[in-house]
Amino acid sequence: MSKLLNISLTRSTLDVAAATAEVSCPDAGGIAVFLGTTRAETASGVEPAASASGGNELVALNYAAYDEMAVAEMRKIAEEACRRWPIQRLVLRHRLGLVKVGEASVLIAVSCPHRGEAFAACEFVIDELKKTVPIWKKEVFREGERWQEKGPDSPEKK
Amino acid sequence: MQVRVRLFAMMAEQAGAGVVPLEVPPGSRTGGLRRELEKRWPGVRWPAGTMLAINQEYAGPEAELRENDEVAIIPPVSGG
Repeated sequence: MSKLLNISLTRSTLDVAAATAEVSCPDAGGIAVFLGTTRAETASGVEPAASASGGNELVALNYAAYDEMAVAEMRKIAEEACRRWPIQRLVLRHRLGLVKVGEASVLIAVSCPHRGEAFAACEFVIDELKKTVPIWKKEVFREGERWQEKGPDSPEKK
Repeated sequence: MQVRVRLFAMMAEQAGAGVVPLEVPPGSRTGGLRRELEKRWPGVRWPAGTMLAINQEYAGPEAELRENDEVAIIPPVSGG
């Protein structure tokens, strides 16, 4: 599959403008961009605004990967997306290391002739990534850390 | 024969190691590997849904191991 697929892991901040430029092409009618971001919460799972003052709030997620296999699985997902939708270009980048609240851990950018295809392909890629790509997140709270042990998210968490 | 076992996340922390050589009988299958690893690292908990990969491809319990294979123990993933 020789479409323009740019798949990588990085320890740098994800650059949305660069990714959008990479997937832009004259034949694209729609570019869908997804960012997965670190959401604020406390160790008890309650949102900080709803918890009593002094909640042990999340500071960051620390991502680790089985690097070689993560890239291979990400590539498989991108190639499957290309079989299902007329993707012109695709960027899939996952960040490793500390990703603070509000920052992005994963960036997907997809260009297609029509917007429906771009939206659908982008959603497919993130949904599949969360099922199969060997990357793990560790929750770093103001006090203490723990690896997330739940598997792929349940429907209400999408 | 020797294979290379890779651990990640909470399992690597509990084992105190990320990459470990392991001696297994020729013809071993992945299904038997868990018992060997639990003997070697009794303090490591195997989360429900933990998968195995051989040379970076997911593998089922019937997959046969070969000399110098890299076997990764993959606890439930949480990327994205």
